[in-house]
Amino acid sequence: MRVKVDQPKCVASGQCVLAAPAVFDQDDDGIVRILVDRPEAAHHEDVKESVAVCPAAAIWVEEEE
Amino acid sequence: MTETVTTTATTPTPHPEFPMARASGCPFDPPPALREQRNGEPVSRVRLWDGSNPWLITRHDQVRALLGDPRISADPTRPGYPHRDAGAKARAETRQTFITMDDPGHARLRRMVTAPFAIKKVEAMRPAIQKIVDDLLDTMLAAPGPVDLVEAFALPLPSLVICELLGVPYDKHDFFQKHTKVLVRRNGDPQEVIAASEALIDYLQGLLADKLAEPGDDILSDLATKRVATGELTAREAAEMGSLLLAAGHETTANMIALGTVALLQHPDQLALLRDSDDPKLIAATVEELLRYLTIVHSGRLRVALEDIEVGGVTLRAGDGVICATDIANRDPELFADPDRLDLTRDARRHVAFGFGVHQCLGQPLARVELQVVYSTLYRRIPTLALAAGVDELRFKHDGVIYGVYELPVTW
Repeated sequence: MRVKVDQPKCVASGQCVLAAPAVFDQDDDGIVRILVDRPEAAHHEDVKESVAVCPAAAIWVEEEE
Repeated sequence: MTETVTTTATTPTPHPEFPMARASGCPFDPPPALREQRNGEPVSRVRLWDGSNPWLITRHDQVRALLGDPRISADPTRPGYPHRDAGAKARAETRQTFITMDDPGHARLRRMVTAPFAIKKVEAMRPAIQKIVDDLLDTMLAAPGPVDLVEAFALPLPSLVICELLGVPYDKHDFFQKHTKVLVRRNGDPQEVIAASEALIDYLQGLLADKLAEPGDDILSDLATKRVATGELTAREAAEMGSLLLAAGHETTANMIALGTVALLQHPDQLALLRDSDDPKLIAATVEELLRYLTIVHSGRLRVALEDIEVGGVTLRAGDGVICATDIANRDPELFADPDRLDLTRDARRHVAFGFGVHQCLGQPLARVELQVVYSTLYRRIPTLALAAGVDELRFKHDGVIYGVYELPVTW
């Protein structure tokens, strides 16, 4: 799994950080930052939850072989 | 205006009126007519106070899709926008804050005030919030009961917190709480609504001037020194933004505290779960579930379509008003099993109580921490907390933009 974000779309709701704190963080203005772009399998469900709860559709994942 | 009850092939059934009334005796449940609407035609026309016929959207997936759709506008000055009442319509003409703007203007202004609401900054406030909660409860418990929990606790907490963040002196709280109340009342007199709005803006404009001369570590000082001084915002725009944050910080969390307490006291098994646990996960889940179950922003999220949009086999036309009914969406059985049951152990994170899309509540991380501290402290600190009036005697805010109770007499 590869995690992608579109920072200009981010509205700093912080939902991704709450759902997957090992994968997402925020900059000083609350804008999403990726900590690990290829998270371990143990975090995949949390990442999917982050994608689902992001209000601005600023996060998505690309499945890799 | 009269309408015939005879239905013929040429007289269409009149659209149901919106908002709809809750059932008596079911203060936590959305109006039954809203549920029928969702079960029947989840996308359908309703009739507003001014005779206009916006679309009502009731399914969770469709509410989320529409609120996240850039082809829809939150700008109340556009023709077709479904104004909630005459006061709101009048006020829409007099002010523009990011909550009523579309991107890119919305994003530009919103980003000026996102910093204090980042998760780590809000987490850092948790001990200070805990201290305020503890102090307010000390004072409340020192008084002879019964006391009004709204006045003694639910309103002062968010008020103190947002005043601290904004840099507004709390000793003026009578002034701004009075005006804020006018702004969240449905069907207020338009002149009175505008007067309240302008009084808040005037006050904040004065405060911004003071902050420019003598800045502190707060949002208004930041706006004054980094945005107004540089010409990025006018003083009026900065004051409007401050007024939005001040008002939004008050009525929302306060109502979640008071109404959440009524709901928990009516569900003693759930309250016991919460009281007996110190698991932060259960406490966080409690907050999400109560947000879902109560959905205090109960008059829907209002929008207007900018283009033709297809929703569930229906085409919303450009210029049509759209009401996304987040309260009934949060009771959608497609997403939440047994949705009318308050269940603190369920995963309610996908609720839309804070809205969805780019306008999703800016203050939600702060609201979450405040509510987590409150719900994990109040009932443990006062295990015998009880209503000092029957539920049927409480005055619920049916007429408010934000749902809640006007007073909450409690004893212990």
